[in-house]
Amino acid sequence: MSLAKKYPKEVKQILSKYPPEHKRSAVMPLLYLAQREEGYISKAAMQDVAGIVDITETDVAAIVGFYTLYHDKKEGKYRMQVCTDLPCALRGAEQFMDNLCANLGIKVGETTPDGMITLEAVTCLAACDKAPMFQTQGPDGIKYYENMTVDKTMELVEALKKSGTEVK
Amino acid sequence: MEHILLRHRDIPDINTINVYKKSGGFAAFKNAVTKMKPGEVTEVVKNSGLRGRGGAGFPTGMKWAFIDNKNWPHYVVANADESEPGTFKDREIMEGNPFQFLEGVAIASYAVGANVAYIYLRGEFWQVAAFLDEKISEMEKAGFLGEKLFGTDYSLKIYTHLGAGAYICGEETALLESIEGKRGQPRVRPPFPPSYGLYGKPTIVNNVETLTNVPLILANGADWYKSMGTADSAGVKIFSLSGRVRKPGNYELPFGTTFRDLIYKYGGGVQDSRSVKAIMPAGASSSLILVDDDKVLDTPMDYASVRTIGGDLGSASVIVIDDTVSIDWVINKTIHFFRHESCGKCTTCREGTYWMSHLTERIHEGKGSTADVDLLLNVAKQMQGKCLCALGEFSTMAVVTGIERFRKDFDKAVKA
Repeated sequence: MSLAKKYPKEVKQILSKYPPEHKRSAVMPLLYLAQREEGYISKAAMQDVAGIVDITETDVAAIVGFYTLYHDKKEGKYRMQVCTDLPCALRGAEQFMDNLCANLGIKVGETTPDGMITLEAVTCLAACDKAPMFQTQGPDGIKYYENMTVDKTMELVEALKKSGTEVK
Repeated sequence: MEHILLRHRDIPDINTINVYKKSGGFAAFKNAVTKMKPGEVTEVVKNSGLRGRGGAGFPTGMKWAFIDNKNWPHYVVANADESEPGTFKDREIMEGNPFQFLEGVAIASYAVGANVAYIYLRGEFWQVAAFLDEKISEMEKAGFLGEKLFGTDYSLKIYTHLGAGAYICGEETALLESIEGKRGQPRVRPPFPPSYGLYGKPTIVNNVETLTNVPLILANGADWYKSMGTADSAGVKIFSLSGRVRKPGNYELPFGTTFRDLIYKYGGGVQDSRSVKAIMPAGASSSLILVDDDKVLDTPMDYASVRTIGGDLGSASVIVIDDTVSIDWVINKTIHFFRHESCGKCTTCREGTYWMSHLTERIHEGKGSTADVDLLLNVAKQMQGKCLCALGEFSTMAVVTGIERFRKDFDKAVKA
């Protein structure tokens, strides 16, 4: 189903933020909407978004490819994105990541066999004083988890697996 | 001293509209709209000595005065893309003291004649954007945003816009491209945004922290603001302290506070009581400042003084590196960051960061030679002055200063 049919209120609200002659500006918020349920943006969804803002499908694909928070492939339900940049690494983020990999039984970039968690190493998330930290990107948006330990993280993973939804 | 920006640390619940109003909130905006001409507002900000807090330190009032009054409409864009490794101040402002930031956006908009302002947040600040949306709608209900404000003809709408994970969108022209629904790649400048900005219209782009200063400058006057800080750098700054310190975090302090006070008095000193080997005062975009005597730590943190010890204050994201860390590892980290974040538009940065990352990796893995270190330095120097925007330029800073000031670490890495 098209976005406009599925989320008529949201699409209208997004378009209202920008001058009508510049509706292309709505492409990024629309892509978040398109990604909400499946966790990735299919070719059909790109065509749909292109139609709403009146640009080519190629233009939309170029945007999906450029920005790291858009995905064009289905992976884990939740992406666990651990910051391993310099300030976090100075506070043990690399060790944290190694231990996390060992506990999850996957390598960076891989997905747990049940399809719940994809583990990713990402660049700075602006929480350098609260390392080790990561964010989860999933059906309910993006959430930060700061001052984390491997034990706390594994508790979160278990809770996600059990309920299928994120714990507050 | 009471905070000026991080006021939520002194006033509980200042992120609710009633407490903010009771603390004097929105009085400056109302006074500006009802009693001052836009040019008079700009004049106060100019006289305060306020400089941009995103890193470049450009005088804010001067930027506002550059707005092209022959071309309309005008826009204000708040840069909340905060992505420099080591920087984490804007998020605390927006979550803790959101109305003061939003009032700053509103005052800036009035000063430059904008009826629409956008707040561009990095996509990771998804929750912060939702929070700001709530605060914006509270302001609309209370009559601080919307049509015909305070009985005048002035109208203002503020919208949030989320990026989607691209450091380059902190560069103001890439940010504008991104709002326009394009890939975030910098434009060739000039023209600069005050004459050709969002949708080709005159636009003022200011950092979150910069704008958050504005309401209190209007309320208390330019002289009050100038009485803090140094002659070169007026007022207060939020220093984001990270790395090997006991108490990392944001510290709002007057410009001119020394590195020593930040690291030892406020930051609790270095972890495991080691000594400071190097400081990166502007995040990953910094030169590596060699700390080999007391003079360096006693340097006041203001724009001019940090230059005298071979660095730049930038966004004041102070990363502390202790003597257990080898600098070849540090630059391998920073170069991988820049390689990942290079937008690919200009050849110098796209290819330069790519080749530098191969060299830093080889050296760090102990597979490099002395010739590789020289080649790395050569590539970095070749890039300087040839990149389209500051990202490429900044990627070379840690490499050049790292090799020149910490050569021993590299010699050790290639021998090991």
